[in-house]
Order: sequence, then C-alpha cells, then structure tokens
Amino acid sequence: MSSEADQNHHPIGIYLKVWTLLFVLSIASYMVDYFDFQGMLRWTLIIAFMLLKAGFIMAVFMHLVWERMALIGTVLAPPLALLFLIGFMISEGYYVFDARVDYFGQPEAATRIHVSDVLGTKH
Amino acid sequence: MSATDIANLAGKSEFSEDWSADKQTYHVPWGKAMMWLFLVSDTFIFTCFLVGYLNVRRTTTDPWPYPSEVFALELFGHNLPLILIAIMTFVLITSSGTMALAVRYAHFRDKQKIFWFMAVTALFGATFVGMQVFEWSKLISEGVRPWSNPFGAPQFGSIFFMVTGFHGLHVSIGVLYLLIVANKIRKGDYDKKGNYEIVEITGLYWHFVDLVWVFIFAFFYLW
Repeated sequence: MSSEADQNHHPIGIYLKVWTLLFVLSIASYMVDYFDFQGMLRWTLIIAFMLLKAGFIMAVFMHLVWERMALIGTVLAPPLALLFLIGFMISEGYYVFDARVDYFGQPEAATRIHVSDVLGTKH
Repeated sequence: MSATDIANLAGKSEFSEDWSADKQTYHVPWGKAMMWLFLVSDTFIFTCFLVGYLNVRRTTTDPWPYPSEVFALELFGHNLPLILIAIMTFVLITSSGTMALAVRYAHFRDKQKIFWFMAVTALFGATFVGMQVFEWSKLISEGVRPWSNPFGAPQFGSIFFMVTGFHGLHVSIGVLYLLIVANKIRKGDYDKKGNYEIVEITGLYWHFVDLVWVFIFAFFYLW
C-alpha cells in the first residue's frame, strides 16, 4: 500500500545532510540572540531560520516530499486557517493594549527588568 | 528527488484522482494516515497556545522579561545567554536524526539497527526531559510562578509552564511510545507479517515533537 517512492530506499546521506543543516540553522538562530541583533533584522532571521528548519523536518524527516498530493494537502492546507486566527489576534492585541494605555493609564513603554538587577551580578 | 517526485509536488492530476468518489483517498497504511490526522489536530492545539502567548505578550503593559537572561547559565566561568535551551535544541534535533535512521532501517527490516536507533532516540528524548526538569527547578527556585515572577510580566510564567509543560508531556509520552515499539521490534512481534510500518508512524510523532520545539524556540525563547 506504500507509495511507489517509499519502496526506494533513500540513501543515508540525505538524512545526515538534513541533520547537519538543522544543526547549522539552530546555531545560526542561537547566534542571532548571542550577538543581540535587534529590530527587523532579528525578527526576519528568526522567522527565516524557523521556517527553514520546519520545512526540512517535514519534507525529509517526515517524508512529505515523497507522499502523494492528497496527503500533503490534507496536512498543510487546514493549518492555513490558523493564519486568520493569528491575524485577528494581532489586530485585537493592538486594540486591547491601546485601550489599557488610553483608558486605564497604564504605561506605554514599561522599563524592562534585567535578571542581574533581581538576582545579583552573578547571573 | 526524482522527476516524478517534482511532478508530484507540482500537484498534477493525481490529486483530483485520489479525491474522486468511491475509492480510497490516501494511498498509505491506515495507521499512518491516522497519525497524520492526529498531528494536524495537535498542530491546532499548539498553535492555540502560541497564539494565546502572542496575545498576552501583545496586550500586557508590564515589561516582558528578557528570555535570553532568564535562561542563561554560567558555564566554565562564562555567563552564556540561553545556553541551556540551545543545548536542548541540539539534543532534540539529534534525536530526530537517529529516529530518521531507525525509519530508514525499517525499510531494510534490520531489527537490530531499528531497535538500537529507537533506543538511542528515546535516550536523547529522556535527556531533553531531564534538562527541562532542571530548567523548571531553576526558574521555580528563582521565584517564577504561573501567576507571578520577579523579572516582569506575570504572564511570562503562565505561558512558560503551560507551553513547555505541554511540550514536555509530548516528549515524555514519545519516549514511552518509542521504548514500547522498540521492545516489540526486539521481541520479534512484527516478524510474522514482516510489517514495520509502526516504526515510520512512531517516527512521525517524534519528528512532530521536534517540529513543535522549533516554533517554541523561535517564538518564546528568541523573541
């Protein structure tokens, strides 16, 4: 019952390559934090590395590239609906935040707390 | 990937053929189709958690704690930001790699190798959970609670415990699942039919756990 391509044994190399790639991408996203990139550059890099990692895991480790379109569509299409939820919640989030600032007098930009200020310089 | 694979990705007419009436849609073993459907539903659960996180982080007027400082560790005299989480990420990715190899050897019906690669995968999984226990204990000892924490917005603690707890539960169940299936492989329970599909199905679950971590790592720890 397995699909035709399933019967072909994938060479071990592709798994090792993808594993190395995931490793490199993880190091890269860690470096974004380590070198303290901020702003658009940070968000772009984090999202790009995240999507690449997720893509490689699904495509190769979970064998999606070797599946038929009926299964790929079933797996990938429904979660697209979640993009609407994310969009609505971002829009709603801005509204609630502004309401708290405008009507409850809460601070628009609170000062963030460094861990060393709470636990001492050792941290 | 062969030329046929690329044609498949481009969505040639087999898509509509598979969905035409009165015949089987998914040409995979039913267990694998069911695992995929379960994973799709689990995607919705985890996305709801992450969207909940997005929403409280967007709306709170309290300062959000610096995750890279909260999860920093002192190693060899250096204060390394987020290092524990980075190591946990590497452990989980490596476990995904060994799982992929177990699935590959399932095609060759190589029982010895399937068993050992699954056992190693379970070991990495258990290591991951162990590190998560360490992380939880450290944060709890520093005063982080689901309702408050000394580093800023109280929502940080509730999201942290809920999301990593739910993911950790998935990893723990995955470790048990792997050990049970690996042991059945070793005992030869699947020899009679020579059917090792269960390895691929277990693998799908395990890779999904890794996949979810990729998103948690990006949105909760790096953001």
